[in-house]
Amino acid sequence: MVFLDNMKTEFADREGTLEEAVKLGLLKEEFELIKEKIGRTPTFTELAMFSGMWSEHCSYKNSILLLKKLYCESERLLASPGEENAGALRINDKYAVVFKIESHNHPSAIEPYQGAATGVGGIMRDVFTMGARPIATLNSLRFGMPDAARNRYLLRRVVKGIGDYGNSLGIACSGGELFFHNSYTKNPLVNAMTVGIAKVENLASSKASGIGNSVLYVGAKTGRDGIHGASFASKDLSESSAEERSAVQVGDPFLEKLVMEATLECIEKKLVIAVQDMGAAGLLSSSSEMSSSGDVGMDLFLEKVPARETGMLPFEFMLSESQERMLMVVKPENISKVREVFEKWELDSAEIGIITDRKKLRIFYNNETYADVPVHALTVNSQGAPRYTRESKKPNLKISEQIQIDDFEKAIENKDIDSLCSIIKEIISHPNLASRHPVYEQYDTDIGNMRVIGPGQNAGVYRLEDGKEALSMTTDGNGFYIALEPYKGAVHTVAEAYRNLASCGSMPLGITNCLNFANPYKPENYYFFKEAVTGMSDAAKEFKLPITGGNVSFYNESEDGPVLPTPTIGMVGLIENADKTLPAHLISEAQVFIIGNFHPSLNASQYVYIREKKSAGPLPEINVENEIKSAELIFEANNRELIASATDVSSGGIMTAVLEMIFYAKRRGENLGFSFCEKLFENRYFTQQKLNKDMFFFGESAHTYLVCVSLEKKEDFINLLKEKNLPYAYLGTSNSSEFLKLENMNLPLNDFYEAWLNGLAEYF
Amino acid sequence: MKAGILVFPGINCDNDLKLVLNRVYNFQTEFLWHTNSFKVEHDIYFVPGGFSYGDYLRSGAMASRSLSLRSLKDAVSKGIPAVGICNGFQILTEASLLPGALVKNKTLKHIARWENLSAEGLFKNNFTEDYALPISHSEGNYLCDDNTLKELIENEQIIFKYKKNPNGSTENIAGIASKDYKILGLMPHPERAVFEAKDWPKNNANFGKLFFDFIFSKIYS
Repeated sequence: MVFLDNMKTEFADREGTLEEAVKLGLLKEEFELIKEKIGRTPTFTELAMFSGMWSEHCSYKNSILLLKKLYCESERLLASPGEENAGALRINDKYAVVFKIESHNHPSAIEPYQGAATGVGGIMRDVFTMGARPIATLNSLRFGMPDAARNRYLLRRVVKGIGDYGNSLGIACSGGELFFHNSYTKNPLVNAMTVGIAKVENLASSKASGIGNSVLYVGAKTGRDGIHGASFASKDLSESSAEERSAVQVGDPFLEKLVMEATLECIEKKLVIAVQDMGAAGLLSSSSEMSSSGDVGMDLFLEKVPARETGMLPFEFMLSESQERMLMVVKPENISKVREVFEKWELDSAEIGIITDRKKLRIFYNNETYADVPVHALTVNSQGAPRYTRESKKPNLKISEQIQIDDFEKAIENKDIDSLCSIIKEIISHPNLASRHPVYEQYDTDIGNMRVIGPGQNAGVYRLEDGKEALSMTTDGNGFYIALEPYKGAVHTVAEAYRNLASCGSMPLGITNCLNFANPYKPENYYFFKEAVTGMSDAAKEFKLPITGGNVSFYNESEDGPVLPTPTIGMVGLIENADKTLPAHLISEAQVFIIGNFHPSLNASQYVYIREKKSAGPLPEINVENEIKSAELIFEANNRELIASATDVSSGGIMTAVLEMIFYAKRRGENLGFSFCEKLFENRYFTQQKLNKDMFFFGESAHTYLVCVSLEKKEDFINLLKEKNLPYAYLGTSNSSEFLKLENMNLPLNDFYEAWLNGLAEYF
Repeated sequence: MKAGILVFPGINCDNDLKLVLNRVYNFQTEFLWHTNSFKVEHDIYFVPGGFSYGDYLRSGAMASRSLSLRSLKDAVSKGIPAVGICNGFQILTEASLLPGALVKNKTLKHIARWENLSAEGLFKNNFTEDYALPISHSEGNYLCDDNTLKELIENEQIIFKYKKNPNGSTENIAGIASKDYKILGLMPHPERAVFEAKDWPKNNANFGKLFFDFIFSKIYS
């Protein structure tokens, strides 16, 4: 390629106007700021580029100042947040785990199938761009109540979109979560997470370097799809959003599979200096971010970009969000080797530009200049894009006294078996708590041959192909909590993920987050964001878990109002010996114990939400020290092989947790019954806290696990609890009956199992 | 033993199969790329699962016309056994190496879960009553005309039937063999039922191995 040093500087493009800037989603003062940054009025192409890079989606302009404060310290850390495409943490001398979560909410609201599919595709690229082979994917989903036809449609199509893309790509789905609340009706949340494994020595970077190196475009051809997708994601959804379907991209998992294999092969062969996928704002964001983070310039010649449509304009090339495309910086002598790899995979590749020392991104098309802007002016990390602290105002939060319900207690006192059964069935058959198998049975969960525990339990656990270790992974978010007490709710969110990993016997390593909130320009919305982010960071610090990156999704609201503020946590953990992974199913001839500082509350519980359609603060008490104490006991007991299985107590409380342990056993072909112990209501938790029985069975509490211990290990386990001074109570014993025995009443487990199994299934 | 594993773009169970053959059976394995014909020098061939060429036309249609498939036809004509799993089964039917076709599941959904199977034909009496394997497919609904079905039954070519039909398959068919049993095709994934997962049904850990043990020791010994 010729180095076009004497390329003429007059522009072929006309100037952009303030009117256009506003139409592109920029503020008037931002238009002025652009003029100031480049010392003249931008061309139309430049204006479109700024609008993409300064959109909320790419620039994080309303969140970055807070995000920069997120706790991120770890000896294992291999990539700093925001600097690379995904977080990376060292697992051992040889391997790193690379992981990230990202939202695709707005596209999924408009076109659920493609929106969800391309969400999966995008997060996969973020991970394999780092040189990591994806081993598992998770998804965190929120919809309006499924009794409405539109919500069912969104649910089914999103699940199918995720499944079809991930299945075809051949990456196991290891879990996720799914909750329903009417606030998500017009604005569902679709967050996708990918976990990959890279050799530490092969970790790839997105920092462009080497003046004179070539810029290689690889993968799918560029079309007009998704133009201004980034801007589209940066405003509220409205009736007219449906007309913006052209801003939703179309995915091709087969092509992604080829791009993935080819990219990993190039990285493995050490042919790549820098690489980034073309995600939001496509070629524009990849080229500007790569050159800005490498502190170099880049010249791009758009006529060389493989196009699948004719007559595309320069700004369209730059902003297209056609899927399955990558940008690579390659030494000239390696070009032919890289192209050989891509030819083997039958993929397009083209040399479209060159690295310069100018620190400018220059856009040429047919020998004419369309843009010439300082790379650092465009991007967020170089502080080019504006950064705002928005106004925050505390709204009226529903903080009441403890909500008291005593229906279950009365039913127990009256020996009213029918009422007991109907309450239990109502809870476990609710779509928020029922079996998720109708969802994950549409996902390939075993491909890769590394499954230790698949979806449906506390966390997914997948082995490393090379080595004894396994990785655990989970996603957790609780909009019900955040809406009431955002700071404390965020601490709970981190703790819940921590418990999910700990209950598998795995040591949590790090966090990725997906922050789903409403319009940040409304002070009440910003309050939730600020409080939740601060709470999350403080909790991460106390747990010593780095937040390695993630994504912010604002504007999750419609004319019906904002969604529940829903920061989602993705957490990964490590099990040194995969064989020691703890499952969650009940075993025969075993006792179950409650361990930890059990302080249940019904206030924001699913029990109250399901039965009374309400929730209120204060949230259950939480103390990170106690969380760690409980988890460490699990680790110690597991190391000494004293426990057979464990689960944490979360939504639906102890009753749901016990039943799930029984149901998991049943799913394994083992029919077990369970008897609550006779002196259950004399246990320390009752005597110390004067618990009501509804609260005991259905209240939600932090720090608490149910642990299943075989009879011969019981004594040693109790000794360990005493030694560590951890509160505990004996809950009951497994047996071979078909009943859940409570206070001499036999409740039919088969009915409960059917209710749990069909609760969600009826909507598919 | 030396196994050839045919690989097409979009195939994604190639490595899973290789892991089992290498680690459990000590086989040498070779991936055979679709654009090349290959020399028939292997003891057995596998056509693995995935989405060959994206399966955008019909599952397996493109792969069945590739150069490597021509070599495979050559190999089976020389009596070398071939086993197609999932997409591999679809490819073998598209290539007319096995009769019938696999169309979209009746539910129109991808189904990924364990299915109980009854072993039939030469497989009968060699598998336990509770035998099961994981399936994961969108197009596993086996379809054939009445004459073909009659032949399959008369010649005992059906090797596995679903106990509870998940996808609408004719006669609950999950897997079949060629008349001489040199070619096998099945939708369930035995290669995924070898390395035990903790949340699998408790008796199933050995089921994948049972399949491979059986074909290596009894069918292709």
